[in-house]
Amino acid sequence: MPQYDTFEHDVLIVGAGGAGLRAAIGAVEKGCSVCVVTKSLLGKAHTVMAEGGAAAALGNFDNQDGWKVHFRDTMRGGKFLNNWRTVQIFAMEAPERILELERYGAVFDRTPEGLISQRAFGGHRYRRLAHVGDRTGLELIRTLQDKAVSVGIDVQMEVTLTRLLTDGGRVTGAVGYRREDGSIVVFRAKAVVLCSGGWGRMFRFTSNSWESTGDGAVMAYEAGAELQDMEMVQFHPTGMIWPPGVRGVLVTEGVRGDGGVLKNGAGERFMFNHVPEFYRAETAETPEEALRWVNDKVNNRRPPELLPRDVVARAIYKEVEAGRGSEHGGAYLDVSHMGAEYIKRKLPSMYDQFLHLGDVDITKQPMEVYPTVHYTMGGVPAEPESCATSLPGLYAAGECACGLHGANRLGGNSLTDLLVFGKRAGEAAGDFAIAEGPGSISEAEIQEEVETLMKPLGGSGGENPYQIHAELQEQMQSGAMIARTEEGLRQTLDKIHELQRRAEDIRVPGDTKFNPGWHAARDVKNMLVSSEIIVLSALERKESRGAQWRLDYPNEDAYWARNNVIAKKIDGKVSISHREVPEPPSELKELLQD
Amino acid sequence: MSKITLSVYRGDANGGEMKTYTVDTFPGMVVLDAIHQIQAEQDGTLACRWNCKAAKCGSCSAEVNGMPKLMCKTRVDDYPADQPIVVHPLRTFPIVKDLVADVSWNFEVSKSIPILKLADDGSAEPLRMQQVDVDRIQEFRKCIECFLCQTVCHVLRDGDRKDIFFGPRQMVRLASLEMHPLDVLDRRPMLRETAGVGICNITKCCTEVCPEHIHITDNAIIPLKERVADTYFDPVQKVLRWVGGRK
Ligand SMILES: Cc1cc2nc3c(=O)[nH]c(=O)nc-3n(C[C@H](O)[C@H](O)[C@H](O)COP(=O)(O)OP(=O)(O)OC[C@H]3O[C@@H](n4cnc5c(N)ncnc54)[C@H](O)[C@@H]3O)c2cc1C
Ligand code: SF4
Ligand code: SF4
Ligand code: FES
Repeated sequence: MPQYDTFEHDVLIVGAGGAGLRAAIGAVEKGCSVCVVTKSLLGKAHTVMAEGGAAAALGNFDNQDGWKVHFRDTMRGGKFLNNWRTVQIFAMEAPERILELERYGAVFDRTPEGLISQRAFGGHRYRRLAHVGDRTGLELIRTLQDKAVSVGIDVQMEVTLTRLLTDGGRVTGAVGYRREDGSIVVFRAKAVVLCSGGWGRMFRFTSNSWESTGDGAVMAYEAGAELQDMEMVQFHPTGMIWPPGVRGVLVTEGVRGDGGVLKNGAGERFMFNHVPEFYRAETAETPEEALRWVNDKVNNRRPPELLPRDVVARAIYKEVEAGRGSEHGGAYLDVSHMGAEYIKRKLPSMYDQFLHLGDVDITKQPMEVYPTVHYTMGGVPAEPESCATSLPGLYAAGECACGLHGANRLGGNSLTDLLVFGKRAGEAAGDFAIAEGPGSISEAEIQEEVETLMKPLGGSGGENPYQIHAELQEQMQSGAMIARTEEGLRQTLDKIHELQRRAEDIRVPGDTKFNPGWHAARDVKNMLVSSEIIVLSALERKESRGAQWRLDYPNEDAYWARNNVIAKKIDGKVSISHREVPEPPSELKELLQD
Repeated sequence: MSKITLSVYRGDANGGEMKTYTVDTFPGMVVLDAIHQIQAEQDGTLACRWNCKAAKCGSCSAEVNGMPKLMCKTRVDDYPADQPIVVHPLRTFPIVKDLVADVSWNFEVSKSIPILKLADDGSAEPLRMQQVDVDRIQEFRKCIECFLCQTVCHVLRDGDRKDIFFGPRQMVRLASLEMHPLDVLDRRPMLRETAGVGICNITKCCTEVCPEHIHITDNAIIPLKERVADTYFDPVQKVLRWVGGRK
């Protein structure tokens, strides 16, 4: 048994994205000692990549906006699978959290009156996204990072946690390793907040970084927590497709919010042919109206390019399947008509990204795009008020949590989610820590995890973790991507089982010293677990709704309109069940009508 | 399919050597792609950092043919195909392993810089600031903490004077706070003393390597130097500014 360091804190926070950092501030303000653990350096979490903005009904441009409209838009976007109370708290508290961030030091773009400027985005009725050019995530994470450090948190960078520790069902800490030297580290805490982000890396084309392997959700699942809505994986309609090295990298929705139009290989602006009845009344009817909307949002309706992400992603998919794809099998996204100066001011990092990485000057030429795996709506269900999970002592916030987004997340709602529920989770965990005091950690659990970790460094196995990961990505891409069928999902499940068997025989060269192959060996196991749950959940939901599109069940179903899919580990296996979606009170239901 | 060779540093704080690898290229390939290909197909123990692969996070910093670069933004076809591309970790910081440098000093220094302080602390009122007044600090806030400027600055690199100079990255951070229209703290004593703004001799090497195109020297350091000089040598100006209510 190797030696290990043990750290003790009131609250342990898994993850230093926006959610984790905001939670840390919340817990410190409760008077707790806090440790934030992150796989990367501070400030590099996924949150840094967010571009478009953070949604909050500040009403700085459109004073008709308010929390009720934001509530309505989020519920409609999520096809009513959301937890209404979570959405209500979110919509009500969003403006406060954004204004607070500004007071921490964030410098948003301004309106002529000197207030925070707001950008139009898909599925949001009014201009609602507080933003900083196309680097809003950087502003958010840097502000929170500086604030959290200034209030006095401990940070453990480049540490991967791999297992939650429990004491009779209560979560009391976690164990993992330092990436730098492979040494084992144990954290003992009175409460643990999961802020570990999402999981897109099991798909071949994704906007997600290496970190998005779903560790948090899998750790919670392994410790006995429920997972919910795992079939709901968001495909962002516009990822880069060419050149191959950047395939999957995100093209912000801001491009469409700022006037960009989608065209197929035949040069046709196809989104007008894909407007669902549900959204017809709020969508522009003609290209002329759509163009007028860019400058006059009050008297015109939004362009069809700004329909919710699931709708746009499917439309691009259908155009390509019908043989009307672009040169490299996607669609064209064109903003060049907006003028070079406007583009460089509004979308500077997109301009740079395409010029440098894609040899495309977006002020003159169209971009080529195709849906890319982007966000995971599912995760660990969290109580609306406190973000408590089904395990005592464990809280969840941010992308790894579930409840806010339902079947489809609206752009801009995630960054605000991090602030609203990061704060609530950190504070609730702080309260719990103070009330409950310390629990104990189990040497046996630590021992077991250390064995799992060290296994790939010895033994006679011949499997390579990169190979297994590549095969998983290939299979998930073909069998569990945007258009799903029973047959494709079954094949994918078989393949996952095969890979799970093979993963037992992973053998990596080298030792524990900053050894990416060894890190990958543990990561791929988590991805296999979360992939299995995604596929089983997708098989269960025999309908199409939001991000889940079943070719064999193309319509919405009345039963599934009222039920979430739940996954839980029972007797070592994934057990799937259903749970009724909580029913909103009548005064909130009324808001959803129009 | 054509091939390229890379000469990559392999080793740790105790020393190491350059090792040569040959990889297949594809259109648009960047140096980070090549490193990933080596990891997946030839040697999984090769260590490097990365996150976004889109020049947004500042993780993948290294020295490519001697120039500090983001590996995810550096195209392999920018270099002659008949010579190896040399990839080395940042030289100004201790090496952890292979392409991973120990940049923790930067985070330590960062801790000592006080964040924004408003006159009406505790209020929840929206702030009012005009776009023209925040344009210049928004430039500084583009910083992705890649530390390329830190690695190239001769004060830190050749002189190893981390004890007297915070480096260009922190000058940019200090500038973003000092020039915030509503900030009420005075960081000039810090700038003059521990941060060492006077040590910079305006060679502009930092500005040249900044992937975010921040005009580090002209827009951040020189104005900070002026503020410090004014305060300490020109009491009249200081009083005038104070009376005028502007920092
Ligand atoms: C390219 C891109 C653009 C986006 N644009 C927008 C946008 O404009 N608006 C919007 O609202 N949303 C946007 N999103 C979504 C949004 O950025 C993310 O959902 C959000 O940032 C997630 O934040 P988080 O705090 O939950 O997790 P993350 O920021 O993903 O952070 C997760 C943290 O957990 C840590 N972690 C994970 N596993 C472990 C482990 N095992 N041990 C220790 N630490 C661990 C990681 O190291 C990291 O620090 C975008 C996403 C992408 C990819
Ligand atoms: S201009 Fe100043 S900070 Fe920049 S590299 Fe030269 S000495 Fe260093
Ligand atoms: S100022 Fe530029 S070079 Fe320096 S750390 Fe920031 S982004 Fe990198
Ligand atoms: S990987 Fe993020 S900057 Fe290169």
